[in-house]
Amino acid sequence: MKKLLSVLPLLAVVIGVHLLTSATDTMYYLTQMTMSAYYSLLIIGLCVLMGYAGQISLGHAGFFAIGGYLSAALTTRSLVPYQDTALVNLLDSVGMILSGHDLYGEAMLVVSPWAACGIAVCTAALIAVIIGIPVLKLKGHYLAMATLGFGIIIYRVALALEYFGEADGISEVPPFPLLSGLTISGNFSDRIQNYYIAWGLLLIGMVLLLNLMDSRVGRALRGIHGSDEAAGAMGVNTSRFKLQTFVLSAVFAAIAGVCLTHYNGGIGPSEAGVMKSVRYVAIVAVGGMANLWGALLMGVVLNFLSLRGVFGSYDDAVFGLILILIMLFAPNGILSLNIRHRLKQLLRRGKQDREGEV
Amino acid sequence: MALLEIKQLNKRFGGLHAVNDVSFQVEPGQIKAVIGPNGAGKTTLFNMISGTFPPTSGSVTFQGRDLRGKKPYQVADLGMARTFQNIKMFNGMTALENVMVGRHVQSNAGFLSSMFRMPWTWKEERAIRDKSMELLALLGIEEHAHTDASSLAFGQQRAVELARALALEPTLLLLDEPAAGLNIYETAEVGRLITKIRDLGITVLLVEHDMSLVMDISDEIVVLCFGEKIAEDLPPAIQQNPEVIKIYLGEE
Amino acid sequence: MTTELFIQYLMAGITYGSIYAIVAIGFNIIYNTTGIINFAQGEFVMFGGMIAISLLHFMPMPLAIALAVIITMVIGALIEICFIRWLKSPSVLRMIIITIGISILSREVAVHIWGESIRSLPYFVGNEISSIPVFGARISPQVLWVVAASALMVIFLGIFFRTTSIGREMRACASNRKAATLCGINTQNMVTLSFILSAGMGALAGCVMSPITYSQYDMGTGLAIKGFTVAILGGLGSSGGAVTAGILLGVIEAFSVSVVPLAFQDAISIAILLIILFVRPQGLFGSKEAAGLSEF
Repeated sequence: MKKLLSVLPLLAVVIGVHLLTSATDTMYYLTQMTMSAYYSLLIIGLCVLMGYAGQISLGHAGFFAIGGYLSAALTTRSLVPYQDTALVNLLDSVGMILSGHDLYGEAMLVVSPWAACGIAVCTAALIAVIIGIPVLKLKGHYLAMATLGFGIIIYRVALALEYFGEADGISEVPPFPLLSGLTISGNFSDRIQNYYIAWGLLLIGMVLLLNLMDSRVGRALRGIHGSDEAAGAMGVNTSRFKLQTFVLSAVFAAIAGVCLTHYNGGIGPSEAGVMKSVRYVAIVAVGGMANLWGALLMGVVLNFLSLRGVFGSYDDAVFGLILILIMLFAPNGILSLNIRHRLKQLLRRGKQDREGEV
Repeated sequence: MALLEIKQLNKRFGGLHAVNDVSFQVEPGQIKAVIGPNGAGKTTLFNMISGTFPPTSGSVTFQGRDLRGKKPYQVADLGMARTFQNIKMFNGMTALENVMVGRHVQSNAGFLSSMFRMPWTWKEERAIRDKSMELLALLGIEEHAHTDASSLAFGQQRAVELARALALEPTLLLLDEPAAGLNIYETAEVGRLITKIRDLGITVLLVEHDMSLVMDISDEIVVLCFGEKIAEDLPPAIQQNPEVIKIYLGEE
Repeated sequence: MTTELFIQYLMAGITYGSIYAIVAIGFNIIYNTTGIINFAQGEFVMFGGMIAISLLHFMPMPLAIALAVIITMVIGALIEICFIRWLKSPSVLRMIIITIGISILSREVAVHIWGESIRSLPYFVGNEISSIPVFGARISPQVLWVVAASALMVIFLGIFFRTTSIGREMRACASNRKAATLCGINTQNMVTLSFILSAGMGALAGCVMSPITYSQYDMGTGLAIKGFTVAILGGLGSSGGAVTAGILLGVIEAFSVSVVPLAFQDAISIAILLIILFVRPQGLFGSKEAAGLSEF
């Protein structure tokens, strides 16, 4: 209950931003706020993996892409050529197939968004399990390289397969009707609704993760981070917990991928790129690694600025620079700097020096 | 039947024979100590018992169960808790949270039930907290419950580590040099705590090279030297044993 | 497969393989003195090629290449001095993230200087179509340049580490940093030197390979991951292992073209990396014992 209360101020801010933009006639900001919320959903998941379970992943854009690409492909690629196969019939009989017509009036059979979302997220989770079992045995540089390698493979697959649109990616992805009246889509008229859907999902994700951290599982995870060996001696099955966290963060990434793809109406290979993965790591690092609120804040702020094009053609450079500066000067995140305290200390030291001279 | 039975245990690291054919038993309710000079293989022995690494040969049997191939978390699950020579606190967590991690094997909440705060986890969470506070109180450090564990004094960290191990409700407690880094007053205090723990019905096996502590509290002593067991006896007899004296005081 | 085609593939494999080996040795030099895997290793190769191409407008090729190598060495030194030198016992995670940041910054600097276009140095001798017959196959003379340059670098390093006093000090630093410090070796300078050496080797490799493989601002990541694969395959820290493993990976990659589509070529070497990490993290030639002792 306390955790629920702690996100209430955030809810107030979300509503406040909406009211502010509508009052100042700057509602176009809501589009980037919506996208930032989805990216932040991935980032808080990654924060649990990196900050609490202590496992770096340089391949999380891969899970985002698995979610986004699968959901996009399943809801846009017509199944008409396969309509007599057993699998399509089976899906049809449980109501997971939608029929319609494409732009040229040809008959189309596609998987329904809910089913596609389910398949995409489950696939991401499954791949996370398969890759996670061996990968999470590794530490340090090996873990970083292995996850980086995984990310590049996903990128290459997206780029190489015609099914995923090669370099063009997939466009014309249909809206995702969540409930009657609630639809994830990029339509101008649905902008406010989508802003609340995205932030609602992010808030739910945040509450779930805050709950998790303040529980038996969360303590075990933080214990693993503190001392792997001691956690083991306390009966914590460290490899299983790491794996479960890996899968959890992959699921968050995949959900973010699914939703953002439906919102944007498409996805391209750059979403799977190494730079994206590195950017997510950078944001978690800026937020302070083991700090969900920091990750959320930085996720929203930095993604928003980046999406607004504030960094111009230096977008990637900015994230690279942030990564270096944070790791050099504030490895515990920018929020740990506590600037006022530092200034006070400096002033006091200056004063002492002067007194010492007298 | 012995609680813990160690039979012809061997460990080789390349050319080094760190533990050589060591056998002994720990009876329920005892405080048993393993002593020996630095490099005698005490910690290696401990790490094999607790499953940190496998022995080259030989067997460890706990409550009639062979521990071969068991990982440390599985050994802990069977009821064997341990502490570490250089205290391994969970940094960034309070003393209380450290002890609460120790309740891990005594509780069940998983990922989903924790995330969704299932009602049955509320009760479990409260029980974990109460039991952990109780243990901190038992060891006399309840006033530091909400302090960051890594910022506590060394002796207090030892106490937290003990409480954390006790939170498992172990049948056997392994203590790796519990007096390391402590002054004589703190050492005496740790000695009292260990006796108190034994009186709770928990069997204790400790590794130590502080002779004073060991002689005071143990019921039986095993002496290791260069990986070999050279004596196993009651404390007074160990004090008289010429070979032990030779090791500790050197030859004339 | 005809003999000619076989040799053609084999030579392509050896060419790429020797480049991978050089990148891997670059990893090893820095790893040995610092315990850091420098994720920006591939960027040294990129800088070498790109700088040489730009300098070519002002001077003859040998001079351009020499100067490019020297400039890259300076860049390597600057990176070490600015970002690595003054950190006191940083965690592995921190070092990984910093070197990744350096790699990204280098790429972004490159893209703003040279743009996204693909460039290349001209062939050192002849042109794209000149070739030498080898057992019936036709091999570009540039291939010989690549292989010769790589071989020379390996030999030079071997001599440097064995016979010169600085080389010996670096080896001392690699085997036991604390002891080396106690013997009066300035280990910090050795670390800087390892970055310089590693950058120089990467840059030279970038120059000789440029006519065949071209140079582009974002070539670093792919090379780094392949170089890392080779470094692991050969046993982290071992130069001899790196050469063998490099050629092995190059040849596997070259022959894989006849089996899987070109687009998946990168995926193959990454798959090899993943498999080797999972199955034998100590490498094909490394000892399990030694791997157990290292921090990974």
